[in-house]
Amino acid sequence: MIYELTYKTYGERSILIEWPMAIDEHILSDILRFKEKIKNRSIEELVEVRSAYNSLLVVYNYEFLSFNDVVYNLKELYSEINQHSKSKRKQWKIPVCYDDVFGIDLEEMALEKGLTKEAIITLYSKAVYTVYFIGFLPGFMYLGGLDKKLHTPRKATPRLKIDKGAVAIGGEQTGVYPSESPGGWNIIGNSPIDFFNPKNKAPCFVNAGDTITFKPVSLKTYNDIKTLVDAGVYQIESEVIDG
Amino acid sequence: MVKVLKSGLYSTIQDLGRYSYQEYGVPYSGAMDAYAASLANMLLGNDKNAAVMEITMMGPTLEFNCDTGICISGANLSPKLNEKPITLNQPTSVKRGDKLSFGKLIFGFRSYIAVSGGFKTEKVMNSYSMYQGITEQSTVLKNSDLLIDASSKSFDTKHAGVKISDSHFSTKHIEVFKGPEFDKLSKAQQDLLFSQHFTIAKENNRMAYQLVEPLENSLEPIITSSVLPGTIQLTPSGKLIVLMRDCQTTGGYPRILQLKESSINILAQKFTGNSIQFSIPAFRLSSR
Repeated sequence: MIYELTYKTYGERSILIEWPMAIDEHILSDILRFKEKIKNRSIEELVEVRSAYNSLLVVYNYEFLSFNDVVYNLKELYSEINQHSKSKRKQWKIPVCYDDVFGIDLEEMALEKGLTKEAIITLYSKAVYTVYFIGFLPGFMYLGGLDKKLHTPRKATPRLKIDKGAVAIGGEQTGVYPSESPGGWNIIGNSPIDFFNPKNKAPCFVNAGDTITFKPVSLKTYNDIKTLVDAGVYQIESEVIDG
Repeated sequence: MVKVLKSGLYSTIQDLGRYSYQEYGVPYSGAMDAYAASLANMLLGNDKNAAVMEITMMGPTLEFNCDTGICISGANLSPKLNEKPITLNQPTSVKRGDKLSFGKLIFGFRSYIAVSGGFKTEKVMNSYSMYQGITEQSTVLKNSDLLIDASSKSFDTKHAGVKISDSHFSTKHIEVFKGPEFDKLSKAQQDLLFSQHFTIAKENNRMAYQLVEPLENSLEPIITSSVLPGTIQLTPSGKLIVLMRDCQTTGGYPRILQLKESSINILAQKFTGNSIQFSIPAFRLSSR
């Protein structure tokens, strides 16, 4: 599927490429193919290429004099993309503990929805979540695929402090807080995994386009995994899938 | 080594920022006034990306335990070496045991201390810029010791005493380009942006500067998309937020304007209550 793209200047050194305004897996695949294509061109003047739900931001290291030339080159690249190329993507299994010490909003959510806590955990664990991109905070994944039954409005008053590893639902979105931060999402559990480590060459193990499933674990298992993570020896379960 | 006797109001180590990690959600960071930081380095003969100390409104007190050279550029916080005033934008020799301190703020808001060879604090993802959660220390702390390159004693004095135009500090004009959602604004809103004066709100820091005067707003939020330092967001309540160097990498508010890079440096020298006015460089009007 070839999309009708919009190209806009964004400041003096960036081009913003936009897809139709929708959150959609086909759009994500197309964005990631284009991103790959631009990166593989290893254009010397390129500082970075970042993706979001329906956009690519291409940042150059010089002020361009001719917007039209830069866009012409990008359009050329887009037209050369092989629509059937598949990129290697990974599916990650992420342990989450829903014990009451972590799932501080589970009770309230269960009451509101007329579900048991267990039913919420089952629904949450059944889904396969797609990583659209990382943004907002270092290592914060924007995930798609939350079951409609679990959509829950953000809290009216944000909390000043949400723990690192908190697994949370905000509106139609869900995600894991990679570090301690303020936030207004509903917290259902906690994952012992490090989603951001500034000491690693690639600070996040997850890439846009990967998928995630959340695996419920007991408090004891959570603590065992946490010990291994802190020692830097925990292996996250993953398998390669075709994107 | 430099010993921090007093930390000042808000002091950090910064270079020109952390590039190509934005896809992991990592902010650029870097000197708020990149022009002043580069100038201090250049005058000292450093690489323009060498790490400097960014100081804010009230300066620190530092003690040097080796001979080196320093140069201070940006805001005038009345720098003194062993209680004697020193000149801005001029390389100065420092001897072991010398104390650098600051006094009253005369103009600007952020000043930059360059040392010969640059500060050698923790480097993470190719940058010395401090940022909470990325570097061990997110600000310069009292009683800490900061590493510097003790072997770099010599510096270039041929640029000594450069005259810097003070319009960098006095101008109210902030040059902008249209942001990605500019065209969604009504003609009346667009006109207001360029005719009205805006005041810097007290909520201003390295992440963002909020402006006091609201702009009536009926725009819907956008699907979360990338943002840059210098992006002006319009919130549902009509508040204008100018993102600065430590801003997050994505946002969901309409991006109505984008500051010219030189204007980010100019804004970095403004503080609560200062007035600014947006203008658009004529030659870029037709580029979309």
